[in-house]
Amino acid sequence: MIHSLFLINHTGDIFLEKHWKSVIGRSVCDYFFEAREKAVEPENVPPVLQTPHHYLISIYRGKLFFLSVIQTEVPPLFVIEFLHRVADTIQDYFGECSEGVIKDNVVTVYELLEEMLDNGFPLATESNVLKEMIRPPTILRSVVNTLTGASNVGDTLPTGQLSNVPWRRVGVKYTNNEAYFDVIEEIDAILDKSGTTVFAEIQGVIEACVRLTGMPDLTLSFMNPRLLDDVSFHPCVRFKRWESERVLSFIPPDGNFTLMNYHVSSQNLVAIPVYVKQSISFFETGPCGRLDITIGPKQTMGKTVEGLMVTIHMPKAVLSANLTATQGTYTYDLATKVLVWDIGKLNPQKLPNLKGSLTTQAGTPKPEDNPSLNIDLKIQQLAISGLKVSRLDMYGEKYKPFKGVKYLTKAGKFQVRT
Amino acid sequence: MFVASVIIVFCLFLSAEKEAKTNYQMLDSNKDSLKLEAMKRIVAMIARGKNASDLFPAVVKNVACKNIEVKKLVYVYLVRYAEEQQDLALLSISTFQRGLKDPNQLIRASALRVLSSIRVTIIVPIMMLAIKEAASDMSPYVRKTAAHAIPKLYSLDPEQKDQLIEVIEKLLADKTTLVAGSVVMAFEEVCPERIDLIHKNYRKLCNLLIDVEEWGQVVIINMLTRYARTQTFYGSDEDEDEDEEEKEKKAETPAMAKRKPYVMDPDHRLLLRNTKPLLQSRNAAVVMAVAQLYFHLAPKAEVGVIAKALVRLLRSHSEVQYVVLQNVATMTIKRRGMFEPYLKSFYIRSTDPTQIKVLKLEVLTNLANETNISTILREFQTYIKSMDKDFVAATIQAIGRCATNIGEVRDTCLNGLVQLLSNRDELVVAESVVVIKKLLQMQPEKHSDIIKHMAKLTDNIQVPMARASILWLIGEYCEHVPKIAPDVLRKMAKSFTNEEDIVKLQIINLAAKLYLTNSKQTKLLTQYVLNLAKYDQNYDIRDRARFIRQLIVPTEKSGALSKYAKKLFLALKPAPVLESPFKDRDHFQLGSLSHLLNAKAGGYQELPDWPEAAPDPSVRNVEVKDSVRAVGTVTYRDTGALWDLQGPKKKCSFHANVYQPSLYNWALVSMTLHLVLCLQTIAPSSALKNYELLHRITGEGLSVEYCFSRQPFSPDANMVAVQMQFTNNATADTKNLHIEDVKLQSGMRVKEFSEIELLPAGETATAVMGIDFCDSTQAANFQLCTHTRKFFVSIQPPVGELMRPVFLTENEFKKEQGQLMGMNEITEKLTLDMKCRNEHTIVQRVTTAANLSRVPCGSDKECRFAGRTVSSSSLVLVTVATKEEGAAQLTVNCEKMVIGTMLVKDILLALTQ
Repeated sequence: MIHSLFLINHTGDIFLEKHWKSVIGRSVCDYFFEAREKAVEPENVPPVLQTPHHYLISIYRGKLFFLSVIQTEVPPLFVIEFLHRVADTIQDYFGECSEGVIKDNVVTVYELLEEMLDNGFPLATESNVLKEMIRPPTILRSVVNTLTGASNVGDTLPTGQLSNVPWRRVGVKYTNNEAYFDVIEEIDAILDKSGTTVFAEIQGVIEACVRLTGMPDLTLSFMNPRLLDDVSFHPCVRFKRWESERVLSFIPPDGNFTLMNYHVSSQNLVAIPVYVKQSISFFETGPCGRLDITIGPKQTMGKTVEGLMVTIHMPKAVLSANLTATQGTYTYDLATKVLVWDIGKLNPQKLPNLKGSLTTQAGTPKPEDNPSLNIDLKIQQLAISGLKVSRLDMYGEKYKPFKGVKYLTKAGKFQVRT
Repeated sequence: MFVASVIIVFCLFLSAEKEAKTNYQMLDSNKDSLKLEAMKRIVAMIARGKNASDLFPAVVKNVACKNIEVKKLVYVYLVRYAEEQQDLALLSISTFQRGLKDPNQLIRASALRVLSSIRVTIIVPIMMLAIKEAASDMSPYVRKTAAHAIPKLYSLDPEQKDQLIEVIEKLLADKTTLVAGSVVMAFEEVCPERIDLIHKNYRKLCNLLIDVEEWGQVVIINMLTRYARTQTFYGSDEDEDEDEEEKEKKAETPAMAKRKPYVMDPDHRLLLRNTKPLLQSRNAAVVMAVAQLYFHLAPKAEVGVIAKALVRLLRSHSEVQYVVLQNVATMTIKRRGMFEPYLKSFYIRSTDPTQIKVLKLEVLTNLANETNISTILREFQTYIKSMDKDFVAATIQAIGRCATNIGEVRDTCLNGLVQLLSNRDELVVAESVVVIKKLLQMQPEKHSDIIKHMAKLTDNIQVPMARASILWLIGEYCEHVPKIAPDVLRKMAKSFTNEEDIVKLQIINLAAKLYLTNSKQTKLLTQYVLNLAKYDQNYDIRDRARFIRQLIVPTEKSGALSKYAKKLFLALKPAPVLESPFKDRDHFQLGSLSHLLNAKAGGYQELPDWPEAAPDPSVRNVEVKDSVRAVGTVTYRDTGALWDLQGPKKKCSFHANVYQPSLYNWALVSMTLHLVLCLQTIAPSSALKNYELLHRITGEGLSVEYCFSRQPFSPDANMVAVQMQFTNNATADTKNLHIEDVKLQSGMRVKEFSEIELLPAGETATAVMGIDFCDSTQAANFQLCTHTRKFFVSIQPPVGELMRPVFLTENEFKKEQGQLMGMNEITEKLTLDMKCRNEHTIVQRVTTAANLSRVPCGSDKECRFAGRTVSSSSLVLVTVATKEEGAAQLTVNCEKMVIGTMLVKDILLALTQ
């Protein structure tokens, strides 16, 4: 399956390589570099490349390329998912997945890769199993290790490996037992020039932070589970109970994890929290154009819209922007041609407005295309789909845990066409 | 300057030298911490791709180091360089051989892992031996490692194939989820053609699937797709397909037409049913695997379920989107209806990477039909304004395809495209020209004005492909534009030498066609162009010129062909069919690398066609005892099903509280699923004996009975569950029933039941408490308190209740028995009670006396039972061998001799009375 892995940074340096079968020379990456150059933007590199003797499958995460070398038929998604899992694990261990962090912990990363794959086939990818085999570095532990000579590597088989709940280890103990759930919803929408919704859906995720002693069995139920159109679960969730009763029944992993992803797609259910009035025009005569954007609240369910931000990728010909904002600040990056207007909190009494002129390069024809606006926003304490958790029950353990649910709505890929 | 650089290089050399030295010294030191430091440095070098092979002798010495981290790093080093330094690598082999016998399963497993990863041919026999041994190891983890080692050995020495297949066969029969994925992986790499090995394991794999780890699921599902195609006959319902032509073709084939209405093979149904929940997996690869399985195997009416899940994946990372969209594109060609409801999910955002945009466009085009075309075209219009020019070009082609496929919108599209001809961007114009050319070919007579418009463009447009297209159009339809055509040729003749090759060829072409239709005006021009071409640098153009001159200008040498020149050049040409590049890609298994590349990748296994007739389904039958188990296997994620089995009488909350969680704890402790089944089927079957705890007279109206419920006790798996039944026979209510003042032998523990606040007169209540008897029959003494009185009571367990059933196969049983000989074995001869001479009663009596489970057995002269003690999990094995005339021999093997002796007494009593 997966033959080798190369980690490549933004500038094209290979800073880590790992081979699970015979060694494959670095020169195989040249095909990748060629494609990388052709693609201009790193996001545009095709994830699957064919070379005379190998296939290259890569992902781009955190300004790094994870490039794997394949020799025989394998489902490409298998490799892509696995590479993302590697990146997730690194992030989980060290807090972020960047070149610096990997270089600082190169031996640990290497040991992790060794455990995650055997002969190119995944062996242990569950974070709790890995953490028992290779303990994540902490300052305290490294001090203890230097004093006592203990090591970061476990010498017994993690209990999770053998059980059929591999995501949870036995013997978990906490003095404060707590279970918190964050219901986060993102609105994906495309609005057209006149403000009508072309497409809208809600992508939701329930992030959990569970610190409970022992082997608790949790049941999370919703007031209105029928809202959810399509769902995907962490392996701990029991399918059958969801199918028959629409409750989430599970033995949770220890710590932070994504319990479930869901999808609300029926368009009439998707409330659009803000409206945008905009006009961006370029004049035939003279190198200039006008821009006028106003944002106001639409369906906010009585909550305040915060963290409002508008991002516009301007046409290449736009040289500078001379604008005034009634609220917040704007910046225009000359190199990338990105205009960012950071508004902050939306005040329904006094609508924020950004107005002014744009200078285009003299001598070039007026840009034909109008840029689209990407909106960012946040609404605290609201799940825009109306989803509500009704209760959390715990079985199997006797203590009373602290429980909490938080709701948050964000703009996902929220785009206004002009 | 030169001197300076030499010094610098020298210094670098020195420091490198020094580092190497210190690494050597550190590896030789006695301190583990120094060794560790050195190994870390060396591994960091390997990670960076630097050569560290010269340290091999120093490193290999440390292979037996006590420090586990040093050891692991040495392994890493060894695996990396063993191939290069084979002789030295052999020094380490004995250490691994020792490791293979270690009592710690992790050490056994990692020894096998490293041993099998060392690519040194000389140790092949050792590897083979180690793999065979590990394949029957106690620990499923070691067996999993053995499965991983199989492809390693196979790639090192393919000659071992036959022996390896034997091991694979053995491991395929393994019943743990841990092994399943890995062994199927090995199967796929070593012997994918031996589909017959799967027969007996098919149902088991289907049933275990949901609990296998994600990666194993992908491999198993892909393999089962292929298996189902060869084995379970399912008349595909392609006749219902939208493709009209195919339908007709099929109707002609008599065999197809006569096909009987088909009832789906239950095995086929099993596969579909058991994979469906996995569409909800968080792992995109699993979702894709299930989706392709449904696409290739499910009846048309059921394929629809995968659309939703695939659309969900479009929210994932862009690489995932890329692969999913490729597959969706192929699916939409065959099954358009499936994705139509999700049309809008494929709308393009300006922030999508170009490759994603192009794929989405492909899907949108495939989805276009009469009803939604207007929405799609409106959407396309916004895309044309995009800043991403490659994407705009793709959109124009998409419009062209929509126009060819859907007649109603052809004119609208054409007009739209003509408007694009005045676009400022040359690429856009060029692309439009090419597409318009193709569209015009369908009905040229209606559109001479468009052709005229395009003729004008030749002055401005520079893109060669577009120029060539325009020239071809004018030549082809010169009759529609008789005035303009010669003028275009005149201009072109002027610029001929500066044109690109494809344009030159089209100029020659145009000249020839005009010469044939309008020789009066263009004779000289044609001559001129042909002369220019005659001396062109490109030989293709020179060839073409010579060839055309011979054809169109009749000389005495030219043969009969020139008579037909007009027919040759101006024959009616069929309009091009614009079709999707994804057409017919579904002959590759979806989701595969080969499908994505549209080329067969190495090791790709063809997806076979459905067999013409149904193969014998009985090959999948397993001996009864096994199949019962397979069907009844209760898995973690399936457990919701138990709810239904239990019937509606009991309230769910009760289950959730007492029964359900316990299941998992058990599963955890026992590490096998089968146990759960045993609990399900065996425990409730034997009648539970009730014991009295408190008589109603001593209890002043309160009577308490208890029984050993033989259910696992959920809060603590090491406790025996005792179910108590309180009956209030008095006239007044009893309140606050609880336990106090527990007096226990050391080591024993009690988990009290939660207080019963109120027991009204005449009512009955039950509660469950757990007692850890520490595998002894010592009584647990405590006080049972009500709001008024306290009663001293005690519970003493019969030895048979101190165990729980475990499931063993016959082989496992024999193996375990072999390890519990000598002191641990107690044998008694007995004469069976008259009523107890058939197998059924023996089983019943033994299971009533002790909480054990039956072990399948080949001989009918023997009954075997197995269990483990609840507290210490020591194995208890019981054999009853019957002989002539009621004579029998009872054997108990148990590590705990006291338990063994007592159990022999109890069973003896049960069988003789």
